[in-house]
Amino acid sequence: MGSLRPVAEADGTGFVASRVDALVNWGRKNSLWPMPLGLSCCGIELMAILGPKFDLARFGAEAARFSPRQCDLLIVAGTLTWKMASACRTVYDQMPEPKWVIAMGVCSSTGGMYDSYAVVQGVDSILPVDVYVPGCPPRPDAVLDAIIKLQGKIQRERPLARILHGPSVVDVRGTGLNLYQPNATVPRSKADLHPHDPRAARRG
Amino acid sequence: MDVAGEATGTVPRVREALEGLEHVWLAPRDGLPAISVARSVLGDVLARLKQRAGFESMTFITGVDRLPAVPRFELVHQLWSLAHDDRVRVHTRLADGESAPSCVALWPGAAYMERECYDMFGITFDGHADLKRLLMPDDYGHHPLRKDFPHQGIEPDRLYREWDRNRRSHWKPRETAP
Repeated sequence: MGSLRPVAEADGTGFVASRVDALVNWGRKNSLWPMPLGLSCCGIELMAILGPKFDLARFGAEAARFSPRQCDLLIVAGTLTWKMASACRTVYDQMPEPKWVIAMGVCSSTGGMYDSYAVVQGVDSILPVDVYVPGCPPRPDAVLDAIIKLQGKIQRERPLARILHGPSVVDVRGTGLNLYQPNATVPRSKADLHPHDPRAARRG
Repeated sequence: MDVAGEATGTVPRVREALEGLEHVWLAPRDGLPAISVARSVLGDVLARLKQRAGFESMTFITGVDRLPAVPRFELVHQLWSLAHDDRVRVHTRLADGESAPSCVALWPGAAYMERECYDMFGITFDGHADLKRLLMPDDYGHHPLRKDFPHQGIEPDRLYREWDRNRRSHWKPRETAP
């Protein structure tokens, strides 16, 4: 916690001065509770990450819960089909805020090799995604790196603005701007997400 | 004629069971005994294979779209005999719009396979009691495994969009005190 400034008194006692944002973010980023949404082979790799060899517990994110109500980190691990898409979105909606999403593997990031009528071409079509992890499946190291990157993002959030001003101030509806979680914007269309992809523009 | 299974007795058994029904032996690359029959005798062939040749298990029914060949579709039934531990494959060519006889009466488990075949290729089966789509939405209107279907799909996200519209129509913004 960079902005933690301990002040020592002459009698041996002391206090710590910090920003509320820094303190809250420090707590949040080091106690992520993942919701492992294992949809295919990436789900198997995710088990290895949670296991003792790669040990997600080193980053405080080992408490995988299978109820979205108890989680704040959705790891979409695997191929998301359109039939599963509504269930995936429901899981995301059921998670209490604040919440973050990792798209693990190329299938959940872009659809991967499944350029198919049955597969969602990237979970960012239906959810806001914080970190994308390439790989088929990704090495556990890559997912650990994603967790570390996500921790860096959480450190930059402004939870106090939400508490002081309410969601109406920080969530500027219609603009997609969210000061509370700056990257948690729900995309309005596929073309917004992939501005350089002609296919996305065609589909709208 | 070089047909796999000749030495093991599958071919004579099938040939005997299909006495009087026209069939052509194929030599597929995987070496499985395979026959090609006309659509008009398919029902009889399957019934005889079960009753006389002892193929009591239906492994799968699937289709092949051979566009632009005519006739377009190829229906494939693969049967398995547990007693003899051997398999036979029955190929039938179908034109677009032609229906095949259903074999649900012989193998009840074929019901879902025929439904899937209908869903993916649009091949209809006469005598199937409940021939509706298995995987795609009931009102989908396309058959995705046909060669002329775009592989990226036609409205692939429609199921989700309908669900999402329904969800949003019930959604109310929560009043949160500042």
